[in-house]
Amino acid sequence: MRHLLSTADLDRATAIHILDTAAQMAATQSREIKKLPTLRGRTVINLFFEDSTRTRISFETAAKRLSADVINFSAKGSSVSKGESLKDTALTLQAMGADAVVVRHQASGAPHTLAHAGWVDGAVINAGDGTHQHPTQALLDAYTIRRHLAVAGGAGGGGTLDPSGRDLAGLKVAIVGDVLHSRVARSNVLLLRTLGADVTLVAPPTLIPVGVEAWPCRVSYHLDDVLRAEQPDAIMMLRVQRERMGAGGSGGGAFFPNPLEYTRGFGLDARRLALLPEHAIVMHPGPMNRGLEISADAADSRRAVIVEQVANGVAVRMAVLYLLLAGDAAEPKLVDERVGIA
Amino acid sequence: MTGSTRYVLRGVAPLGGEPTDLLLADGIIAAIGTDAVRAALDTDVSDRARGMAHAGSDTEAVEIDGAGLVALPGLVDLHTHLREPGREDAETVASGTRAAALGGFTAVHAMANTTPVADTAGVVEQVWRLGQDAGWVDVHPVGAVSVALAGEHLAELGAMAASAARVRVFSDDGKCIADPVLMRRALEYVKAFDGVIAQHAQEPRLTADAQMHEGIVSAELGLTGWPAVAEEAIIARDVLLAEHVGSRLHVCHLSTAGSVDLVRWAKARGIDVTAEVTPHHLLLTDELARGYDPVYKVNPPLRTAADVEAVRAGLADGTIDIVATDHAPHTREDKDCEWAAAAAGMTGLETALSVVQQTMVDTGRLTWADVARVMSSAPAAIGRITGGDRPQGRPITVGEPANLTLVDPAARWTVVPEVQATASANSPFRGRELPGRVVATFLRGRATVLAGQAVPQADAGSPGAAGSAYPTTARNA
Repeated sequence: MRHLLSTADLDRATAIHILDTAAQMAATQSREIKKLPTLRGRTVINLFFEDSTRTRISFETAAKRLSADVINFSAKGSSVSKGESLKDTALTLQAMGADAVVVRHQASGAPHTLAHAGWVDGAVINAGDGTHQHPTQALLDAYTIRRHLAVAGGAGGGGTLDPSGRDLAGLKVAIVGDVLHSRVARSNVLLLRTLGADVTLVAPPTLIPVGVEAWPCRVSYHLDDVLRAEQPDAIMMLRVQRERMGAGGSGGGAFFPNPLEYTRGFGLDARRLALLPEHAIVMHPGPMNRGLEISADAADSRRAVIVEQVANGVAVRMAVLYLLLAGDAAEPKLVDERVGIA
Repeated sequence: MTGSTRYVLRGVAPLGGEPTDLLLADGIIAAIGTDAVRAALDTDVSDRARGMAHAGSDTEAVEIDGAGLVALPGLVDLHTHLREPGREDAETVASGTRAAALGGFTAVHAMANTTPVADTAGVVEQVWRLGQDAGWVDVHPVGAVSVALAGEHLAELGAMAASAARVRVFSDDGKCIADPVLMRRALEYVKAFDGVIAQHAQEPRLTADAQMHEGIVSAELGLTGWPAVAEEAIIARDVLLAEHVGSRLHVCHLSTAGSVDLVRWAKARGIDVTAEVTPHHLLLTDELARGYDPVYKVNPPLRTAADVEAVRAGLADGTIDIVATDHAPHTREDKDCEWAAAAAGMTGLETALSVVQQTMVDTGRLTWADVARVMSSAPAAIGRITGGDRPQGRPITVGEPANLTLVDPAARWTVVPEVQATASANSPFRGRELPGRVVATFLRGRATVLAGQAVPQADAGSPGAAGSAYPTTARNA
């Protein structure tokens, strides 16, 4: 693995290896001194063409916990219309000696272009590109699901047993909301299926892309039916962007009539929460629109693992940075290093 | 003004038929057949012996070994972007028409989306004169339908038609004439001078921010879709409008299976509609977008394999009348970027005939006579340039203007955009091996291309530059 651009590039073994590595990283994060020396002297550049404070902070935290030097490069508003091209930005970073470039870009495929155009030598990590992919989000989601549900003895273990080496076979995951514009949904459909889970996308038909029939998942337009009939083990609520709504001035181009109708059909409220099986977890990639796609009852319930997703994001991104930058050793040598810094 | 050099083409196969000899002299096809050519040359020798040398035959005839070569009427492109005036960094009339000659063309229609837009008699005459000065091919400017391509007010179509450029094809290409009333008015208005509206069929509301064909690949890549229905809905509307007002409609770069069906239906109904397909839509599919390489970004977008099959079938059965290149050069900086930021368009003049051979001739779906129809006579007829003082798309018969293309169908070559004559390198065929090479092109008897190389205009009359027979491997490197 030279870059992390899409979950489509991850086979089952690689995905499990990343999750296992993340688990080891997470174990180090409960210590008093959280910092590992692994990436000392390496430079990680966070190149964000689009605002995303949480994702940037997560990557920054991950890199710093591994002792990498971190440079944040906010290029918002550059590229397309005015200012510097992606190419010149990339060449600038290359001149500064980036070992890894974490890139967030509004254009689908921009990280792919960055990785393959010959502009930079370092590893490229896709931190979200347009409506294409957000692979570390899917990895942290899979990690979170596995920690809660894929323990020995099957679902409902509560994360007390070690799920290392396991996949998500047999688990049912519902992904609800704006699939059309969601890189999180695309990343998760591919990764969760690779790990053996059964995925159902739930959205109004306007928010399901033409061509979805080729995706390895089911599609439903009725959330209540899915909750009752499939009894999903995990439900992932996608953020609905305000500008997609009828009130957004987009005229006939709005994707649903108004927020109330969306919430009635696809919001996760207390009633729907009660339809879920007892062990099911509630997920959201954040930031949430409380009252729109998820009610406070659901967001704050004991089943919600939304805050934990954030913490797991750091561990997963540590694992990705480690595997991409610390060589291609099959097994991470965290144990030795831990001794070194004890 | 015709070249003074006479050419004897030995053993060429007109339209792929029986090999024979052709004599090109005084700008026309002077003789066809071994005996006729010999007789013509003998007459000339005896004339000269008596001091009666006539104009244009004061030099020896240049012999070209045409064994294995197919002779086609000079190709006519109904859809070329020459970019001048305005974007001379991407292409000029001179560079684009030189590329056209190397591709076997003797006439091109230059699209109107220049800067300034070709929406006045002044601009179309400028482009027309630039074409004459360059001398590689006849340049026929296309006039914009609406002022500044804005889709609001009719441009001065009558003035452009009456100008020295004698515009007959009008198009807002690059933009669709979306307003049905404007489209109706345009269709009606051009009837006065036998014009045609060439529509870029793209419903704008259905294609806001569209990046590629909407389907399985766009769903996976997260690129905003350009649905087939956005093209088909406009074609359906336009053929009905053309029927209603009794005018002539041309559909540019038709790209979907549904569009082929609509045009087939319209023709069966007797509607005066013609349609074109580009070489890239005959060969390439949306799968190529997977690497996010903007060289494959084009408008209309590359479609699915089923669409490719449908446009091939449509071209084979005559539903689609012509192949036109939509040659759309772009600078490196307009392609060397993320997909969404890249310009849409592909070069095509120097690869068109090869792609048509690969997709249509080598597959047995078209004969060379058919190729002559879809790439020369039919586009010339649509553009109304088969008559006048510079007729194009004429048959290969004695007395016709010597607009000819010699192609070696057995040759194979690999596309290297950087060595092409076009000023831009955005060829989607980079690195592909294609069949068929243009060996020679003659514009009214003057060689613009010989031995696969462009013949500079100043040297065109020099026999020294033309003496070599075509070396089969010359341009295979």
